[in-house]
Amino acid sequence: MNRINTVEELEKKIADCTGCVDSKLTGADEKRHIVLCGGTGCLSSNSKEIMEKFKAVLDEKGLSDKVTVNLVGCFGFCSQGPFVKIYPENTLYRMVSEADVEDIVEQDIINNTIVERLLYVEPVTGDKVSSQEDINFYKKQRRVALHGCGVINPEEIDEALGMGAFQGLKKALSMTPQEVVQEILESGLRGRGGGGFPAGRKWSFAQASESDEKYVVCNGDEGDPGAFMDRSILEGNPLAVIEGMMIAGYAIGASNGYFYVRAEYPIAVSRLKIAIKQAREAGLLGENILGTGFNFDCHIRLGAGAFVCGEETALLNSIEGKRGMPRPRPPFPAVKGLWQKPTIVNNVETLACVPFIMREGAAEFAKVGTEGSKGTKVFALGGKVNNVGLVEVPMGTTLRELVYDIGGGIPGGKKFKAIQTGGPSGGCLTGKYLDEPIDFDNLVKKGSMMGSGGAIVMDEDNCMVDVAKFYMEFICDESCGKCSPCRIGTKRILEILTRITEGNGTLEDLDVLEELSTTIQKNSLCALGQTAANPVNSTLKHFREEYIAHIVDKKCPAHVCKNLMLYKIDPDKCIGCGMCARNCPAGCIERTDYIPEGHKLASFKIDPEKCVKCGLCMSNCKFKAIDKE
Amino acid sequence: MARLQEAAVKQIEEICDRYCDEKTPLMMILSDIQNEYGYIPLEVQEIVSAKTGISVAEIYGVVTFYSFFSLTPKGKYVIGCCLGTACYVKGAQKVIDRFSELLGIRPGETTEDGLFTLDALRCIGACGIAPAVSINGKVYPKVETGQVEGIIESYRKEASA
Repeated sequence: MNRINTVEELEKKIADCTGCVDSKLTGADEKRHIVLCGGTGCLSSNSKEIMEKFKAVLDEKGLSDKVTVNLVGCFGFCSQGPFVKIYPENTLYRMVSEADVEDIVEQDIINNTIVERLLYVEPVTGDKVSSQEDINFYKKQRRVALHGCGVINPEEIDEALGMGAFQGLKKALSMTPQEVVQEILESGLRGRGGGGFPAGRKWSFAQASESDEKYVVCNGDEGDPGAFMDRSILEGNPLAVIEGMMIAGYAIGASNGYFYVRAEYPIAVSRLKIAIKQAREAGLLGENILGTGFNFDCHIRLGAGAFVCGEETALLNSIEGKRGMPRPRPPFPAVKGLWQKPTIVNNVETLACVPFIMREGAAEFAKVGTEGSKGTKVFALGGKVNNVGLVEVPMGTTLRELVYDIGGGIPGGKKFKAIQTGGPSGGCLTGKYLDEPIDFDNLVKKGSMMGSGGAIVMDEDNCMVDVAKFYMEFICDESCGKCSPCRIGTKRILEILTRITEGNGTLEDLDVLEELSTTIQKNSLCALGQTAANPVNSTLKHFREEYIAHIVDKKCPAHVCKNLMLYKIDPDKCIGCGMCARNCPAGCIERTDYIPEGHKLASFKIDPEKCVKCGLCMSNCKFKAIDKE
Repeated sequence: MARLQEAAVKQIEEICDRYCDEKTPLMMILSDIQNEYGYIPLEVQEIVSAKTGISVAEIYGVVTFYSFFSLTPKGKYVIGCCLGTACYVKGAQKVIDRFSELLGIRPGETTEDGLFTLDALRCIGACGIAPAVSINGKVYPKVETGQVEGIIESYRKEASA
């Protein structure tokens, strides 16, 4: 690609690229375009192999010059992947396999008829839907941070330029750094990584700090289990994040930016590397960008599997090659950050919103949202919900809309029990909060938090004491060990929870849990410790009766805690096929001499003394004769 | 402890040289060594220390802090069971228990024949296909306990072929 040296050259390039992308989407180029989802979920369901197959089949039929094929970023609707979309008709096929490729080419590409069997079916109405916009999952969404994801080829800078990339930077460079910070302040953008601190204020502190060198750091250490927003943005439109980082750099007077990305995200890292390389070649990163005298370059640093590095000061220590332990604040990073220089640390999604704000204006961004939380938020909707995936909704959307309208409700006709937001730092909210609007302050008020955007739905089969124990195991593992309330306190909480789930808890344990929670919360150095007890607090508050059932009745109402439940074979339903006994790893299932009426073989029986409660018998029984109690 | 072969020493020194222009290169050096050499034993840390001037104590501190760095060699196939929340609520614990039982090792351990290492991972971001298992980078979607034996066998076959 030729270097872009001036603002005029950029404008011309953007006009060319926009024309290309528009004609691709509208069909003005008289070609067909097949795009496949190239997010981690779909890639693991062979979307790359499907793409190769498309190329081979099109080649064979002599269609290669009339039809293009490429991977794009995440479509967000992960439970229905792999996706294939065809432009300009906008036809969306789901759950496509290599075996379907011939049919799609033959029917759709050659004969212009839709392959009905691959269309998405709305679960409620049973209607087949051919275009993405008409699917309920997408209807209530609004894409700001995910702009371009699932549309553009993330490894092709021209496509990004055709979808608005670098227009925000261009605008920023025509303003003073003070005006840029003012614009971000007015937009009301708050940090999307969990804390919700106003981004503009962070920037203004760093802008005011005098120094020969300043840094912008992008926090891509998305460690919350069940969250993959940042991964999808980096995989789907990495240039948007780079552009956001550059605008931040211009605003505070930094000329270097660091991406800190989890090593668990190899695809995101590789696409980010490609995007940085292409931007450098185009002269959009480096010295004297667009002839304005602004210098900026980006660097990548990989995490090494430590959750605490998502805390900004621990992250800075990690970039400095140290153990990722938090630093006491103040001094805040905006004053003394990376290598003791003023630094702003912003989350991936926060930076991805910045180009939109500069391009469209603060007022446009602030048009959606609630009083204290402007714009949109990306959620990774997961767990016991029909439509698992990545969704971006306006702030103020209710939890019910998220779970039922977008998420399509709970699978298998089960009952909604709770929604967990905010990962290990957040909490569980029950059915009575379903009509609460989502915003930073409201979720905190209701006993949970926004966090980075994980939203895990739980149904009646999930034990809340077990969930609390799961999070506490995580926190206990990931506590860096620097301060004792977190290091020792979380371990004690975990011991108590383990005791309760094993049926050895006492009612006094509940008081101790509450006391320990308060101590950890009030005395820990960093946010990891300060929020460590949230999952315990919120489950204790909303599901106290479940704790009591474990302690007093020695029963796990959801049948999850192994020590408190039994697998049983209903002798009258058992047909005596013996599948359970053959698959039992403990050898604890034996034939009885009872032959139920109408059956030919004697039924089986589980020896509760030997049973290891692995559940294999139940999943192998085709006659639903085995149940938990 | 056995001394390292000359080729290995060279390889590690070469890795250190890659980042000689960086202000604080330790994390990058250790990541590359972990990826290319497979583990970071004390002898290797000594070489890094001699090359970079960072004390072995500090390097050891960093190596033992991050879960990606390992002091012992990993198996030929590293089985990573995702235990992120989305996978956990969909039964990932049962999947890892089954691997553990069939391989006779606990999470974090390696089989005696050096073939398999079993790891519990914290969310690989593949929540749409929970529970997910990642083996040497290949991700298996929606894994059920009944599939575990077949998955292990397929790698045993591959190894003996």
